[in-house]
Amino acid sequence: MIHISEEDFQALRAHGEETYPHECCGVLLGKSEAGVGNRVSLIVRAGNTRTDSAHNRYNIAPQELVKVQRQARGLGFDIVGFYHSHPDHPAQWSQTDFAEAHWMGCSYVITSVDKGKAELTNSFLLTGTSEENKAFQNEEVVVETPQPELISKERGEA
Amino acid sequence: MKIHIPTPLRSYTGGKETVEVGGATVAATLDQLATSYPELRNHLFTAEGKLRSFVNVYLNDDDVRYLPNKEETVAAENDELTIIPSIAGGCCCNL
Repeated sequence: MIHISEEDFQALRAHGEETYPHECCGVLLGKSEAGVGNRVSLIVRAGNTRTDSAHNRYNIAPQELVKVQRQARGLGFDIVGFYHSHPDHPAQWSQTDFAEAHWMGCSYVITSVDKGKAELTNSFLLTGTSEENKAFQNEEVVVETPQPELISKERGEA
Repeated sequence: MKIHIPTPLRSYTGGKETVEVGGATVAATLDQLATSYPELRNHLFTAEGKLRSFVNVYLNDDDVRYLPNKEETVAAENDELTIIPSIAGGCCCNL
């Protein structure tokens, strides 16, 4: 389960609309809480270095990740996940996503952007302990209002 | 030297985000890290002992792979190493 504020949830979806028809990407900072899952406290936009094929690939520069990790450390947060968009493709992880996923215990949030409009947003927890036994597991997205209130599981409408 | 550990590998360092180990070079420091925390070795290195392709190592602000001496770069006591697995993907397999 991943917990994220309504504001951050909408912001990462909007990022996908802004970069359409290219993929957007970013980092989720927060804490992993036992029995709760990953709780997002801040999202950090990142640049997509795959300018050669940005419509169906993303890559975050390691140097940018180092800076984000420093930022997280300074704020008392951890990197708990990442997000990216799938322009005109389902909000479902691809073989490429899986092959390139190495952050076990982190959430990989994917938003489908159909003709420029954010549609479904799903999240997949990377489970396992090694490259040999890793797996993506569907996880519930809990979008929290300031009250907080559980709003949706897999929010599909824009 | 301080080594910053990414979230997925902290379960192998007792939950520590930062650990301190000694070493004259980056390679020696990483080897000492894997000696101090044996469960890390398989996550950092291939069976042939090479750094896994998706594991990025930064010496302060520099990607070790692009330093002239790469992993044999001399490391000072007050340097910091950051281990950062890569992040990439994409919506479909065909380019």
